[in-house]
Amino acid sequence: MKIHIIVAGIVALAVAPASAQTADVSILASTCSGCHGANADGSGGIPGLKGQQQAYIADQLKAFKGGSRPATVMNRLAKGYTDEEIAGLALHFSRLK
Amino acid sequence: MTGFSRRRFIAGAAGASAAIGMPQIAYGQAAARVVVIGGGFGGATTARFLKKASPQLNVTLVEPNRRFVTCPYSNLVIGGWRKLDQISFGYDRLAKAGIAVVHDTAAAIEHDRKRVRLAGGRMLPYDRLIVSPGIDLRWGAIAGYDEKAASLMPHAWKAGEQTLLLRRQLESMPDGGLFVMAAPANPFRCPPGPYERISMVASYLKQSKPRSKVLVLDAKENFSKQPLFQDAWAKLYPGMIEWVPVGKDGKVVKVDPKAKTVETEFGQVHKAAVANVIPPQFAGKIARDSGLADQSGWCPIDPTSFESRLVKGIHVVGDATIAAPMPKSGFAANSQGKVAAAAAVAMLQGKALGPIGMVNTCYSHVGKDYAISVANVFRVVPDRGLIEVPDSGGTSPRQWEDENRRLESVYADGWYASITGEMFG
Repeated sequence: MKIHIIVAGIVALAVAPASAQTADVSILASTCSGCHGANADGSGGIPGLKGQQQAYIADQLKAFKGGSRPATVMNRLAKGYTDEEIAGLALHFSRLK
Repeated sequence: MTGFSRRRFIAGAAGASAAIGMPQIAYGQAAARVVVIGGGFGGATTARFLKKASPQLNVTLVEPNRRFVTCPYSNLVIGGWRKLDQISFGYDRLAKAGIAVVHDTAAAIEHDRKRVRLAGGRMLPYDRLIVSPGIDLRWGAIAGYDEKAASLMPHAWKAGEQTLLLRRQLESMPDGGLFVMAAPANPFRCPPGPYERISMVASYLKQSKPRSKVLVLDAKENFSKQPLFQDAWAKLYPGMIEWVPVGKDGKVVKVDPKAKTVETEFGQVHKAAVANVIPPQFAGKIARDSGLADQSGWCPIDPTSFESRLVKGIHVVGDATIAAPMPKSGFAANSQGKVAAAAAVAMLQGKALGPIGMVNTCYSHVGKDYAISVANVFRVVPDRGLIEVPDSGGTSPRQWEDENRRLESVYADGWYASITGEMFG
């Protein structure tokens, strides 16, 4: 829990919103847990995000967004994220332990 | 109120947290007090995230019920797919997380004195208040449909005993009977909910009482995920379901619970074997009594913080809010609770919150191995307020492989486990 908070703090600083169009990543990331689990370790058929490689998460989100990776719902969601948000989410989840 | 000065407290807290560079509140003597009214999706999420953001915070959750029955997945209980126990949750883990859970009803909000009066008489002072009151049903909006009528014609729009009542009525319905639903006009809790319920009812009837029919009398012209639901109904339950929109005299204006009849705007009377009446709704009583709701009966909020636009210092989240284009869904309430928690903590620290992004993901089961979804990304844009991000989100495609429908039913179950685990686990 403590680690989570500290990491969220670091991420918020490291990926400070570039513009008003880019959401505060710590809040945006918290909404992912609605499906991916409170600790982002997955649920049922939904994969975990915790501790995945930063580059892997970013690449997958970009692939969902661009349509090169097929999906049921993540393609629809990823289209709503800016590139800065994708970078921030990737850093956030890669640092979760 | 205790003796300490609020201004001094905020200045001190902001200074301390800036000094250590962490999003935590260090108070010296007194921890700030945040009261959360309502232990559903909005309130339970807010309480958990307040405590996560700031473990020292003094968080009290006021909720009359000892167990919470989720509206999501209650349609599966009606269809016989799940038991009520499987969608019921206690508050033990919230208490273990350091949240003071008070099982009482909030009788009044005295916002000038910054305290909540409980029905049991106790006073809860607060520095910030979050209200997640859910919905109340507008008794009498449909002539003859009051609280007593609901014991004969269940609404089942608040999960629990009403859910079980509707299930029992379905079980004792004769084969060849007519199930009638009255569906409300917008806005109302869970836009796709009535149609998921119709799907669950049809799945049960097809298996157990195949000569039965389902009639949906609707007070609107179209509904959430409509083409997807109607495609599924035609495929899975051919000839069983008839949907009548308002323009074809679908609006129910009067009911006779003893005769089990419902009457529409232009005087058609339908006799039901089982009648499920979902009446118009508004924000829960405590919000309406406390000046948090406007003339529409719903609560206007500032989407950057979910602070009430009518009463400063109080945040409102969940189905009670006017947060369009966000739907009145459990996932939306959960997202809003996270924003409200972050906003309340930031405000206590005298800080501003960063730009807001939120998500909604909502699944509906329509049959075995067959679910459909809608997903949305929202953000708050200066001058425009809360918007859905253009060219994102949307429903599952109409033309799709069976495997994807099956996957969505698997993901729906994963979603339910995740979101309830985050709040109550």
